[in-house]
Amino acid sequence: MLGHYLPVLIFLLIALVVGIVPLILGSKLGPNRPDSEKLSPYECGFEAFEDARVKFDVRYYLVAILFILFDLEIAFLFPWAVVFDSVGMTGFLAMMVFLAILVVGFIYEWKKGALEWE
Amino acid sequence: MMLTTTILFYVFSAILLVSALLVITARNPVYSALYLVLAFFNAAALFLLLGAEFLGLILILVYVGAVMVLFLFVVMMLDINLERLKEGFLRYLPLGLAIAIVGVLEMVAVFWTAPIGRVPAPGPIPANADNTRALGELLYTHYLYPFEIAAVILLVAIIAAIALTLRRRPDTKSQAVGKQVAVAVRERLRMVDLRGPKP
Repeated sequence: MLGHYLPVLIFLLIALVVGIVPLILGSKLGPNRPDSEKLSPYECGFEAFEDARVKFDVRYYLVAILFILFDLEIAFLFPWAVVFDSVGMTGFLAMMVFLAILVVGFIYEWKKGALEWE
Repeated sequence: MMLTTTILFYVFSAILLVSALLVITARNPVYSALYLVLAFFNAAALFLLLGAEFLGLILILVYVGAVMVLFLFVVMMLDINLERLKEGFLRYLPLGLAIAIVGVLEMVAVFWTAPIGRVPAPGPIPANADNTRALGELLYTHYLYPFEIAAVILLVAIIAAIALTLRRRPDTKSQAVGKQVAVAVRERLRMVDLRGPKP
């Protein structure tokens, strides 16, 4: 069964080679004559305006955490779909109750306007 | 085949341990988060080697795809001033050490009482074993009640996240397309009689 993942492993190895070898080749073969002007940070030619570390609006965090919660909900659906033929009515009703509880949360977030981006 | 999986296990475990070490030693918190992503990928590979495909892929989907994005958001949302972060190091050292000692003692207690080495090795996995199917058959029959509790916990998390972080921004300018479409002619256009009195 692990043999099915052999292409993934080969892909990983090729990706590593493609990612690392050009860097090594570039540093070994290319000329390297740094000076303080070349190494200083620049922003399209002019002096940098501010630090790269700017603070995000907290609303991005809200969108991200709502995404995680519904992502987890979907994660529960996968094994359910696989065993749907054997768990019968109990499993079906269990998942419907699970989804109903989460739909309450979905209606709450919709009505509260958490999905609005004003 | 057996040798290959053993070699792969050691490779993935070694990368996992090194990246886990770098998570706590990296100076830049963003680098720490990215090393944690690497650690998660290698843990997922170990799950796959054990035959737990569902857990491995969910680890990548949920932890790498969602939780680490959230971690990066949090790291970037905080004002990272390393000098200020290190300021209270000596002051918090006794408390940190005390918590670490309690953790180590708990782990020792677990290992002391755990039946490691006394449990017979699990039998060989049958060729048609399906981890996802086994998981689902237990989750939706035997562990039904905890499964519904998970839904309630997710609901609590949704409501808590909205209650904590939802901020209205009435000062921002935005376009209300519905209002634009619903507008009537007489709200926008006024006919004015310009003929004036006859001279």
